[in-house]
Amino acid sequence: MEQLAHQVFSGLATGGIYASVALALVMIYQATHLVNFAQGEMAMFATYVAWALMDAGLPYWPAFFLTLAIAFIGGIVIERLIIRPFDDADVLAAVIVFVGLLVIFNSVAGWIFSYVIKTFPSPFPAEPPFGNRLIGSHDLGAIAVTLVVLVLLFIFFRFTPLGLAMRAAAQNPASSRLVGIRVGWMRALGWGLAAAIGAVAGIMVAPIVFLDPNMMAGILLYGFAGALLGGIDNPGGAVVGGFLVGVMENIVGAYVIGTELKLTVALVLIVGVLVVRPTGLFGHKLVTRV
Amino acid sequence: MRTAALQQRHWRRLGLVAALLFACVLPLLLTDFRVFQLTMALIYAIALIGLNMLTGYNGQISLGHGAFYAVGAYTAAILMDRYGVPYWATLPVAGVLCFGVGFLFGMPALRLEGLYLALATFALAVAAPQILKYKHLEQWTGGVQGIVIFKPDPPAGLPVSQDQWLYYFTLAVLVGMFVIAWNLLRGRTGRAIVAIRDHPIAASTMGINVALYKTLTFGVSALYTGIAGALGAIVVQFVAPDSFTIFLSISLLVGIVVGGLASLSGAVFGGLFIQFVPNVADSISKAAPWAIYGIFLIGFMYLMPSGVAGALGGGWAWLRRRYGR
Repeated sequence: MEQLAHQVFSGLATGGIYASVALALVMIYQATHLVNFAQGEMAMFATYVAWALMDAGLPYWPAFFLTLAIAFIGGIVIERLIIRPFDDADVLAAVIVFVGLLVIFNSVAGWIFSYVIKTFPSPFPAEPPFGNRLIGSHDLGAIAVTLVVLVLLFIFFRFTPLGLAMRAAAQNPASSRLVGIRVGWMRALGWGLAAAIGAVAGIMVAPIVFLDPNMMAGILLYGFAGALLGGIDNPGGAVVGGFLVGVMENIVGAYVIGTELKLTVALVLIVGVLVVRPTGLFGHKLVTRV
Repeated sequence: MRTAALQQRHWRRLGLVAALLFACVLPLLLTDFRVFQLTMALIYAIALIGLNMLTGYNGQISLGHGAFYAVGAYTAAILMDRYGVPYWATLPVAGVLCFGVGFLFGMPALRLEGLYLALATFALAVAAPQILKYKHLEQWTGGVQGIVIFKPDPPAGLPVSQDQWLYYFTLAVLVGMFVIAWNLLRGRTGRAIVAIRDHPIAASTMGINVALYKTLTFGVSALYTGIAGALGAIVVQFVAPDSFTIFLSISLLVGIVVGGLASLSGAVFGGLFIQFVPNVADSISKAAPWAIYGIFLIGFMYLMPSGVAGALGGGWAWLRRRYGR
């Protein structure tokens, strides 16, 4: 029983990271109706930036927030320069460009920072808190950070004029433009926010999986699975989906099929959700006009 | 007008014959290693025809064709290694098996439009190496170590080396597969496949069975890629799970974009590109080939969305307008 509880808690911890990635994916999906395949690699690259800042002597938290700022601006620049020309192109063109971004980030990170695996510090104490034996400090911290990000996002979208404008631009670009919202910039902001959220996920996961250019491939897949499970157009759902996927992955891995096939769980989950319930648990059915 | 069209066909045929002759003479002039590289380019071209049929013509985005390539490669390797099947006989088996796998994967894929299909196939490609390493399959797949197979000898009496023989063998397969694909795509079936890409609802009101065509296209596409995979295993003489990562699938995507979406002849350009450009870039840095792949992917979508084949066709048409009678 204690082992099961242990599995659930460590599943929640990794689930928090999947939730962040899922959240970033949902952000871009909401802004552009596309799924960014380069999300994981962008997060990985941001994590390397954080590592480089700390390596240069910055303390943890300043480096953390500076990285978020850099990721935010980087996301906007990418949208403006690379994604924008494909706004009206078909899905295939967009997917190809995303895949292009994915390999560029992956190889450039390898080029600059080498493929040697690096350790990454955690801001949380090494001792488990409150003398418990179920969950480590870093895991608990990662969950807390994810929840804080979610609450901030909720406040931003629900209670600020800018958040309202962003939601409007995503939902009905033509009408939003008529009332004076700059739809293109709203999309760019969405990319910036998503890049920053991705950076949070990367920084939180790096102490667990260690830092290397390929660290995000599996995590991105689980992020996809979480986003789809919760509903690709629902940020709250994506977070719930992410946690669920984390717990499920751990329990299935520990009791059913062993750790070697963990990625296959994500594959089965993705195909399963898409076939059985394409809108996810909390998503809305998409209606298109012929 | 009629004679002009006839003449154009005439020229095209002449060009094709010349290209084929060139392809036949080429291996006699090169070292065995270069011949091996060219063979790999031809093999990629076969896989690219398959992927292009699905993605370029039918509009179903697959980021997971590396997995079908792996199924073909492992089929050939296991048949040759465990059961002593001759190398040429593994190709049809690999093709049929991949057709089955592709058809089955195509069924859930029916419910997935554009982006979601890309996602599901992406997951397939990422998970493929793990499945190949799975310990309960190890007695067939050889686990992480993979399988080593022997390079087949040319038929007795032919004055060519092993590599040259495999080159000619692959070339013959490519030409055969090319002709089949061309016949498939230029007629009724091909029009149905393209109609589904352009407007699925209109296509179904025209009486096209969209579900059947989509799953069949998926199956045929996987068949092509599987045969390419089997040839790849024979030529490289080795299969291992880590040769079939997501990056193989991405290479294939690069190949169809560079060669030209919805263009059969583009497959050859794409094959040459994914075989030779990384080699050149490798001398700069270990990471450079992928950076260059990425830049080419995005650059082509900007500047030459119809790929090399489209650009050549366009250039040819421009020349004719400019200097033609």
